[in-house]
Amino acid sequence: MLTSSRRQRIDDLAAGGGAPDAGVSLAVSAWRRLRRSPLFLVGAAIIGVFVVMALLAPWLAQHDPALRLLDDQVSRARNEIPPAQPGHPLGGDQQGRDLYSRMLLGSQQTLLVAVLATVIGLGGGLVLGTLAGAIGGWVDSVVMRLVDVMLSIPSLLLAVSVGALFARQTQFTVILAVAIVQIPIFARLLRGSMLAQRASDHVLAARALGVRRRAIVFRHMLPNSLGPVVVQSTLVLAIAIIDAAALSFLGLGAADDSVPEWGQMLGRAQDVIDSHPQLAFWPAGAIITVALGFTLVGESLRDALDPKNRR
Amino acid sequence: MLRYTVRRFGQLILVVAALSVLLFAWLRSLPGGPVSALLGERATPESRAQLQAVLGLDRPVHVQYFQFLGRAASGDFGVSTGVQPGDDALSIFLQRFPATLELSLLAIVLAVAAGIPLGYVAARRRGGWLDNAGVVSSLVGVAVPVFFLAFLLKYVFAVELGMLPTSGRQNAGIDATRVTGFFVLDGLLTREWDASWDALKHLMLPALALSSIPFAVVFRITRAAVLDVLDEDYVRTAYSKGLTDTVIRGRHVLRNAMLPVVTIIGLQTGALLSGAVLTEKVFAFQGVGEALAIGFERRDYPVLQVVIIAAAMVYVLVNLIVDLSYAVIDPRVRT
Repeated sequence: MLTSSRRQRIDDLAAGGGAPDAGVSLAVSAWRRLRRSPLFLVGAAIIGVFVVMALLAPWLAQHDPALRLLDDQVSRARNEIPPAQPGHPLGGDQQGRDLYSRMLLGSQQTLLVAVLATVIGLGGGLVLGTLAGAIGGWVDSVVMRLVDVMLSIPSLLLAVSVGALFARQTQFTVILAVAIVQIPIFARLLRGSMLAQRASDHVLAARALGVRRRAIVFRHMLPNSLGPVVVQSTLVLAIAIIDAAALSFLGLGAADDSVPEWGQMLGRAQDVIDSHPQLAFWPAGAIITVALGFTLVGESLRDALDPKNRR
Repeated sequence: MLRYTVRRFGQLILVVAALSVLLFAWLRSLPGGPVSALLGERATPESRAQLQAVLGLDRPVHVQYFQFLGRAASGDFGVSTGVQPGDDALSIFLQRFPATLELSLLAIVLAVAAGIPLGYVAARRRGGWLDNAGVVSSLVGVAVPVFFLAFLLKYVFAVELGMLPTSGRQNAGIDATRVTGFFVLDGLLTREWDASWDALKHLMLPALALSSIPFAVVFRITRAAVLDVLDEDYVRTAYSKGLTDTVIRGRHVLRNAMLPVVTIIGLQTGALLSGAVLTEKVFAFQGVGEALAIGFERRDYPVLQVVIIAAAMVYVLVNLIVDLSYAVIDPRVRT
């Protein structure tokens, strides 16, 4: 009884190939594997469409997302919102604004939330993780205790706590709340792989050659520790979008909704979900699709970068 | 082993101490505050000052912190100002904790019961339709916001089909005897089967929504771990010794593959607590998560303090237990 991967390896051996891409760098062999992975291709296609949509949204959207164009068709007493009609393919929202234009332009803010939150979380984590991993000693202890405390609060509670700190919630406070949660995760990840690097032969060799510590950290250790960080960043892009929606749902989303964002649209649709489910389904569908796209790319990157899969 | 345990407990105390300072400082810098929340728009400066004095909010922050610590040591965490105004904060937590525990346990049981067998079968038939379906559904499971899934389940099974209740922990009409605070268990203990059954029906949908992420994670880790183990030399050795498939599956593959799975189940506690805030709010399920959601809305400091510190302690403790059990399962860790 042989597992399929073992059988594959034996087949390779039989063909005289052994390791077909021996001598190729990890990045190149990872890319070779990615190109053939259907999960990666689907994910990349989703992200591609999403980014193009965000870039072209101002030209594709026919109406101002803040304008209450269909206000005369909104009836609070009869619980009515504008239905789909010519010029407004998805109808209007609770305030008579064109849903189609809001969905299109919402992609911009959603992309912004994902990217900014990831950049802030990654930046903070890079600084803390590099400090701890490169210097070690008491700096490592202090930083890691801080990280432990942050990690001991369940992530959403931490995000909600940060979000609640601000008197007035804006898109930026949401981004900050979502980003801070990711800092300890990145820091831990980076410290772990930096520590592994510190004990490795190439760092020892560099030290023996008298290379200065700064150069060892930034030229030798950091670049070699980035693999897991890149994977995590891709996954955080998805997590940020979902967490931002959860904050909105708990009443800590941006107060001003004239500039639409999918998470906020979904969070606000909760009160009317029984009577107008389409107001929740459109942004939810968009969020799920985009989050799936980032997750697919992240997971296939993880597989591709795993040296165990290198054959 | 003993030294390891002692050191881990030391860390736990350190984390909780640091957390209590951070939380205290943070809660006091929240905008609004309980005075505005209690008095509302019509507050006069005099009535505000009076209430601040009553709540002890007029004293310096560090004095308030030590007062808080002193009272906390004797089990007094203050009185709720928003979630259940007038009730003792600690008793609100204690009264709601069994509900969240019941919900989380059912969610993790669902996740494990589905995730481990599916993950195992997916790994054994790698590339088959079941494997592909499992991988895709675990990826989608992570991408769907938990509260939206909760809404969806509520809409389909409770509102449209009317199969299960939409909210709460038990129907008001049921006169159930309370013993432990775990409604399902209470019904079993007192032989009030209908009460137990009703509580279980109220748990089904929230638990299902809550289990989506743990399921995805448990499935993926099990699958990856089994794939790793199947490739190990000792499995090949076992086959060449002529052991039967059943023995190899149980003793060699599953047992070794379970190590990472046990760890990941422990790590899911945090995700469960986060998810509980969202699902409990959707289903108006009177647990700790709902108390937190309402507590944030109404700036209920005492309740938030108790709940967040307790949540963090539970989280750290569970991970400690997982690490210790890891040492029991895997002799290599015991150093």
